[in-house]
Amino acid sequence: MATIQLENLVKAYGEVEVLHKVNGEIKDGELVVVVGPSGCGKSTLLRMIAGLETVTSGNVSIGARVVNDLEPAERDIAMVFQNYALYPHMSVRQNMAYGLKIRRINQQEIERRVNQAAEILSIEEYLDRKPRQLSGGQRQRVAMGRAIVRDPQVFLFDEPLSNLDAKLRVQMRLEIRKLQQRLNVTSIYVTHDQVEAMTLGDRLMVLNDGVVEQFGTPIELYDKPETKFVAGFIGSPSMNFIPASSQKGSLILGNGTKISKFKDDHKELTVGIRPEHLKINMKGQVRVSVQMVEQLGANSLVHGVLEKTNIDFSVSIPGHVTADAGSVMAFDVNRDNIHIFHADTGQRIPQ
Amino acid sequence: MVQNRPILDIISHLILIFGIIIVALPIWITFVAATHDPIRMTQAPIPLLPGTYFWENFVTTLFGGGLSGTETTAVWRMLLNSLTMAMMIAIGKIAISLLSAFAIVYFKFPFRMGFFWIIFITLMLPVEVRILPTFEVVANLGMLNSYWGLSIPLIASATATFMFRQVFLTIPDEMLESARIDGAKPMRFFWDILIPLSRTNIAALFVILFIYGWNQYLWPLLITTDSDMTTIVVSIKSMLEAAEQQPQWNIIMMTALLAMIPPVFVVIAMQKLFVQGLTETDK
Repeated sequence: MATIQLENLVKAYGEVEVLHKVNGEIKDGELVVVVGPSGCGKSTLLRMIAGLETVTSGNVSIGARVVNDLEPAERDIAMVFQNYALYPHMSVRQNMAYGLKIRRINQQEIERRVNQAAEILSIEEYLDRKPRQLSGGQRQRVAMGRAIVRDPQVFLFDEPLSNLDAKLRVQMRLEIRKLQQRLNVTSIYVTHDQVEAMTLGDRLMVLNDGVVEQFGTPIELYDKPETKFVAGFIGSPSMNFIPASSQKGSLILGNGTKISKFKDDHKELTVGIRPEHLKINMKGQVRVSVQMVEQLGANSLVHGVLEKTNIDFSVSIPGHVTADAGSVMAFDVNRDNIHIFHADTGQRIPQ
Repeated sequence: MVQNRPILDIISHLILIFGIIIVALPIWITFVAATHDPIRMTQAPIPLLPGTYFWENFVTTLFGGGLSGTETTAVWRMLLNSLTMAMMIAIGKIAISLLSAFAIVYFKFPFRMGFFWIIFITLMLPVEVRILPTFEVVANLGMLNSYWGLSIPLIASATATFMFRQVFLTIPDEMLESARIDGAKPMRFFWDILIPLSRTNIAALFVILFIYGWNQYLWPLLITTDSDMTTIVVSIKSMLEAAEQQPQWNIIMMTALLAMIPPVFVVIAMQKLFVQGLTETDK
């Protein structure tokens, strides 16, 4: 049981700084997902917490103890790797017991803990097999088992599901979540998949280019994205962005449409509207020239451009909708669902 | 290929049989020669079928004085010398190159690549090139006529170091990282993870190095003056020139036959691991 604190954490390789002053506190028993596009530094951040990368400046504390200079083994953590990193020459049982054996825990206790972990993950029947005789999902469980038997203060997951097929990924995602809640261990989970992030995390830390864009609950991130980047990254299909400006108390889209009231005057704004927040309304202000309609069954995705512009625009409508290419559809959007950002800084403008 | 072409089959078999004859005939002649008495071996044409003196030749060669009329060491002693030397070379080479490859791959220290290249450059200096200075060193250390003198100068191996480096590079970094999280210290990681993972490569290398050590000729010839320390490969050659007389082919061939047995045995014993070591990719 531990909280993790990151204070002004910086990582630089020579001159190149890849993480810029990351701050954050992960509460006891919380599962925080670090999410961002590839190359944003999320794995580096996790590896710094694990102790596999050195800290350039700033502090990492686990349970009120600064661990910057401790070996990974001394930090009381367990990590699940993307490729599982099981020892290929050891049986599943030996893989799980290895860390305990090094810590000189007595044989009976090891046996007890391994069996208990195996039972939790229902991998008892594979205990005497070698990793290569297991399927991807089974290896994944073994990797988790290896983390559990250690009974650590913190679990670290480095994209653990990305080697699995889509169906198994959904299943394992749920299992990881249940397991984490059951064991109530503070966890950090790194992924580039925003759906995985939204469903798993108590809170999400969105990283972009080594900067924390926003750190909050999935709903906060969805409803009130702090930056344009977060707005575009969270949610699928992703948010539509339209250049806009505001004059005389109203918000005007790039094609001249007035869509709502707005208090200040700004020359350059970006308006964001999620595809699922538009409703068909013949008199709506948002008019879209349809290029293509994708039928997904439960809903239909209309792709097109904003009328008289070449700004891409997509709309998600429940049920089946058909429209010919070239026709114009009109939509209505609730005032609360319009997000407004500074065009140059990308920061949210509160309303 | 699954094809039914009788003519092709016959031709392939002919080629194969021809190849086997070329390879096997000298060994057959060696065997035949070892089963005749000395007089029969001096008469032309040389026999192509085994004679009846096998057991007698075997006992004389292995336990007796070897060639009649000369004071040579019994062949079992030379076999033992060769075996000790080959084992020391093979095991020593593997131990040293495992450790140096471990250092080069897993530790960051100043001039790491420099050291690697220095080791690599020694590939260009086989025993024959550095034989005089090496002899000088071994002589000054008082290691002439000893197993240490026979094996130590041949132990350092750039080839094996290079090979183990390549093997270690194929082992994913996560293996080291998860061992670190498990709390394994470097030597623990070396013993528990690296050695088992390169087991098949070690076996393959052992076979190659054992035979390399066994077949050493020039170096043992130079540093062993005491006939008790002679290796079997050297002795075969010296038997030919022994005591201005007709070469005793039956004894010489029996010695050659005996000299072939340990390498063959090593290859057969290690065969399964050897093939795995050369083909295995599952790391």
